[in-house]
Parts: sequence; structure tokens; C-alpha cells
Amino acid sequence: MSAGLYTELLDLACGTFLLTAVLVLWLRELAAIVRVFALQGVALAAIAVLLGAHEQRWDLAGVGLGVGVLRAGVLPYLMRRALAGAAADRGSEEVRETQPLVNVAASLLTAALLTLLAYAVARPLTQLNPTPATRALPVGLAVVLIGFFVLVTRRRALAQVVGFLLLDNGITATAFLATSGVPLIVELGVSFDVLLAVLVLQILTTRMREAFGTTDIDDLRELHD
Amino acid sequence: MNTALLLTTPVAAPLAVAAAYALTGARAPHPARTCSHGHPVVVAETPVTVPAVEPEPERRPQWCPSAWWGLVSPVAILLCGSLLAAGVLDEGPASAFSGLLRADALTAWMLLVVGAVALIACGSAPAYLADEEAAGRASGRARRHYHVLVQAFLAAMCLAVMTGNLGVLWVAIEATTIVTAFLVGHRRTRTSVEAAWKYVVICSAGIALAFLGTVLIYYAARHAGIAEAWALDWPTLAARADRLDPAVTRLGITLVVLGFGAKAGLIPLHAWLPDAHSQAPAAVSALMSGVLLSVALTAILRYRVIADAALGPDFTRTLLAGIALLTLALAAGLLLAQRDYKRMLAYSSMEHMSLIALGAAIGSPLALSAALLHIAGHGLAKSVAFCASGRILQLTGTTRIGRVRGLLAHVPSVGGVFGIAVVALAAFPPFSLFASELGIARAGLAAGTGLAWATSGSLLLALIAFAALATRTTHMLLGPGPVQPESPTEPGMWPLTLGLAACAALGIATGPLTDLLHAAAQAIGGH
Repeated sequence: MSAGLYTELLDLACGTFLLTAVLVLWLRELAAIVRVFALQGVALAAIAVLLGAHEQRWDLAGVGLGVGVLRAGVLPYLMRRALAGAAADRGSEEVRETQPLVNVAASLLTAALLTLLAYAVARPLTQLNPTPATRALPVGLAVVLIGFFVLVTRRRALAQVVGFLLLDNGITATAFLATSGVPLIVELGVSFDVLLAVLVLQILTTRMREAFGTTDIDDLRELHD
Repeated sequence: MNTALLLTTPVAAPLAVAAAYALTGARAPHPARTCSHGHPVVVAETPVTVPAVEPEPERRPQWCPSAWWGLVSPVAILLCGSLLAAGVLDEGPASAFSGLLRADALTAWMLLVVGAVALIACGSAPAYLADEEAAGRASGRARRHYHVLVQAFLAAMCLAVMTGNLGVLWVAIEATTIVTAFLVGHRRTRTSVEAAWKYVVICSAGIALAFLGTVLIYYAARHAGIAEAWALDWPTLAARADRLDPAVTRLGITLVVLGFGAKAGLIPLHAWLPDAHSQAPAAVSALMSGVLLSVALTAILRYRVIADAALGPDFTRTLLAGIALLTLALAAGLLLAQRDYKRMLAYSSMEHMSLIALGAAIGSPLALSAALLHIAGHGLAKSVAFCASGRILQLTGTTRIGRVRGLLAHVPSVGGVFGIAVVALAAFPPFSLFASELGIARAGLAAGTGLAWATSGSLLLALIAFAALATRTTHMLLGPGPVQPESPTEPGMWPLTLGLAACAALGIATGPLTDLLHAAAQAIGGH
């Protein structure tokens, strides 16, 4: 692969990666959000595979494929199942993000600001070792920040899970772009933890529906000082 | 003895016990579904004296021996901790599996603390669970889940203190979040589901930041010429930290402190702590508050060594002192307005964690030894207080301070243990928290103007917290009691008495542990 083509493909994958995060902010239907999230998983896997192909490290490409299976396959599948359960149980009101704390226009504006912030914060990271990969590093950080934003502004339990996973995708992308991934044992542990965390959250969502009759986070207000 | 075996046992023993509990599930009594009416009985408006709302069940389920298997792992952890301590003091740090498992003096110290607190929590659990079952709030199946999860929790905590790899450290601490989520939501009531949700979301997101920080440190390490296999190895990083890029390290350390700080109950991601600690079963609150918080803080202590070598001591000092002061102020303020005794204990944990963080910020050998001693003293006293509070909840059916009165007259054993534990938490002599707070204060006042001011400020705030704690507890303990004395034999009290005795003994003399304490402080930079 020529250097120019590699850079272009990498930038394309990173662009898709960031764009899907912004799309999550734009969409209201939870099913569509999950589809976009799966697309982001594909972009993440593409980043890893491209890096692996460029550095001739096939183990890295393998890790990338594994990450892709987890983030574009297993996790979206789990979320779709939770969503189907919610829809069967409570009808259509459960599958839409009804009242995000911040409206769509303001969310998109915030995403732009967060991306700028990510570029500012990532300057020392890029300067340490300027390559095409590290120059794309701010994208990972931007997705981390957008994930945090989704986590604090969305009111549906499942939308919060997506926020958490965006955050996590962002961190994984940062790891790939900065250092071609963390050592394998750590990567395995992290993937396993994320999978379990999503499973736990899914079970808790079910319990929340049993106890509260809804998955609206705003209803969680029994505990306070 | 074989080092690898010693290093593996603290993680393997709890896992084995967990497997044993999981396997015996087949022949457990028929699983009546856990009912979700866990809300305390609606109590009358006026403060009620205790016995009025207490339907003491006649028939207690017989204690099966399997309830006591849980004690195997604390004993194994304590044993390995002491053997490792002896070995480490003689021969220096031991490691196995190319650094994945590693024991230095800090590891041995933390293992001893984890083992002791686990002994208190697991020792008082059978009586607690038997009572929950008698009251119809839990089934045999729920009890088995409880045991499996608690043992897995212990294994994850041991792995977190025993690993030399910062990536594995992160994985282990995140694993504790996942395992304890179900323990927090054990009762399946509205409040406990809410607490579990907040706990998982806030802690997982917070600790994700710590992972980002870990990745950045790894990035800096790779560019400092450290090979891939060793770039997350703590001893290697600590030894070669001066070559890390300062800008990247600064960003990474900030994220790590914020992230693991979330798990340690420090500002700004502390919001889960009072909810989770007040909703979890008593023994789980004891473990979470007594050791999980300090295990997360130990991770920060380890990163502090790297940061100090790469950036100089001022950066972490300012960061930790600022976070400690803010957390302390928040905890003291909320303690003043507290009406729930389990939340009161939770905020008191935040108070003590910030004192430990302050000790780490000061960073002199005296301050670090005192901080480590404070970890042990707080672990013992707080776990006793939480276990006693669980018993009080079972006896009175409420967690509101205003509705509990006359405990000392009614149930002298429980009330007495709770009272003494709070006295220990308020750092009265002879308990070890007195010695450690004194040590932190002395080190802080000797450490230059800025830190001296921070220390005086935190002492003032600690005093406020102490006053709030004392008034609330007096209200619960004193007051008119019933005429007829309760049955004098409260079950499950021996671990609590033992814990208080250990805490007092540590305060009088650290004895054979003195060398270990100093070696541990030295291992994290107290030269």
C-alpha cells in the first residue's frame, strides 16, 4: 500500500468514526442510534486493520477484526435485544429519546466545540511523534468527549449505554492511533470488561423497567440527600 | 515457599470458593423468588423506640456449614499476605508470570488490609443473611448469588493489589465495578436498582478516563524507548519515568487521578458513593467502603511515583491536595445535613479518603506511612460500623437517624459496637486513626506554607465532620430504652469485636508491622 493511499484511507476511516458519533447526537430513534453505533464499530475495526496492514503487523489486524466483531456485532446485537424487550413491554414511547436535556441544534454545536477542544488538548500528543496516525489522534479524543456529552444529556437508559460505548470506542481508537493498540492481554481484558459492563447494564435496564415501569433516567430520583 | 504459588493464591482462593458456591447451587432449597418489597415498613411520624416495629422471627433457618466457606478466602489472603510480607522484607519484591503478578511491601500491606476487612465482612455475613431470609427479604438462591459475587469481588481486589502491570490493574478495578453492581442491586427494590445503575454508569465512565490516561502513559513510555512488553510494567516505568514526555504524562496522570478517583470516592465523580453504600447489603458496604476505595487509591499512589519522577512533585501535590480539600468540604457539608445513618457512614468514608489523598499529596515518608496506616484503620473501623449498621437496619427497619433511639438500652451489643466504631472513626485514641491523622497533620504542617494551609483547612473540616458524626450517633444510641432486655446473645458479633480490637491494637503499637509499613511507604516514594 502506498503511503498516500494509506493516509487517505486512514483519514476516511477516522472521518467516518467522528461522523457517526455526531450522528448519534442528531438522531432520536434508539434503533437508528444502534445502527449508527454498529457503523462506528466497523470504522474502528478499519482503523486497526489499516494500521496493521501499514506496519505489516498481522496480529494488530487480528485484534482489529476482533474489536470489530465485538463493537459492530455483539454489542449492537445486545442493545437491539434490549430495545426489542422494551418495545414489546411498553410500546413505542420507550424506543425514542423523548426529551434530551439539550436540543439537537445545541448538541451539534457542542459537538463542534468539543472537537475543537480535542484538537487543542491533543497538540502535545501529536507533537511527540507526528505521523499520519497520530495526526488523526484528536478524532479519538473528540469521540471520547462526545460520548461523555451523550452520557450526561440523554435521559433514556439505553441512550446512556450508547454514550458509555462511544466513550469507550473513542479510547480504543486513541490507543490504536497513538501506539497501535495496547498489549494483547490488556486489550482482551478491556474488551471483556466492556462486554460484561454492557450485559450488566442491560440486566439493570430490565430490572429498572420492572421496578419503575420505564427506563427514563429522570425517574431515578428516590435517592438524594 | 514457591513464590508463584504465594502470588497466585490470594486471587485463586476466592475464585475457588466462588466456584464451590456456584456448584452447590443444584441442591439448594427451592428458590422462592426474591420479593421486591424491601422498603422499610412505613413508620409512624414520631420517633419510635426500637422494639415497637420489630417482629422478631421465631424460626431461624438452620445455619448450613456452607455459609462459613466464605471465611476460607480471607484466611488464605491473610496468610499469603503475612508470608509475602516476611519474604518481601527479607529479599525485596517478588514477581511471577513476567511481572503480571508482583508483590512489594505495599502489596503485602494491602493484602493484609483486604484480608482483615474481608474476615470481618464474611464473618458477619451468615448471621445477616440468615436474618434477611427469616424476614423473607431474600431466598436461598439470592444468598448463593451473594456468596459467589462477594468471592469474585475479593478475587478482583486481590488481583488489583497484586499486579505489577498497570493495564491489568485497570482491568481488575473495572472488574470490581461489574461484580459489585449486582451486589449493590441485590435487594431489587427501586432504590437499590437506582443505586446500582448510577454506580455502574458513573464508575465505568469515570474509570474509562483512567484507561485513557493509562493509554497516554503507555504512549509516552513507548516513545521513551521502553519495549512493548514492559511499557505498562510499574517498576520499569517508575525506574525510567524521568524519560517520559512531560506534556503527555501530565495529561495522562490527570486523567488517571480523576478516573481512579471516581472509584475512590473523590470529587468530581463521587456521586455514586452515598447511594451505592447505603443500598448494598451491610457486608458489601463494609467491603466497598473499607477496602475497595483504598484499593483504588493505591492505584493513584502507584501512578504518583511515575508522575513525581516525570514531572516533579509539585504537579501531583497540587492536584491531589485540591481534590482532597474539595472532597473533604463536600463530605463535611453533607454530613452536617445528614438524616440517614448509612449515608452518614458513606460520607464519612469520603472524608477519610480525602485525608489519605492529602497524605499522598504531602508525600513525605511520615505522611505516606500515616496514609497507609489510615487505610488500615479506616478499613477496620468502617467495616465494623457498616456491619453493625446493617444489623441496626434489620432490628429497626429504618435507616433514618431520627427514627432510631435508645439502641444502647435496647441492644447493648450492637449499639455498643456501633458506638465504639464511630468513636474510632472520629479518630479518638487508642484507635489507630488517631495516630494516623496525627501523623498526616504533623507531616503537613512541616511541609511548607501551601500544604500547611491545606492541612489546617482539612483539620478544621474534619472537626466539623466529627461533630456531625458525634451528634447523629449520640441521638441513635442514647435515649429511653424498653423495659425488658433483649436476648443477650446477638449472633455474628465476634468479627466486629475482633475488628475493633485490631484497630485499637494498631493504634497502640504497630508491632511487627512497623517495618512493613515503612517499607511500603518507601516503595511508593517516601524516601
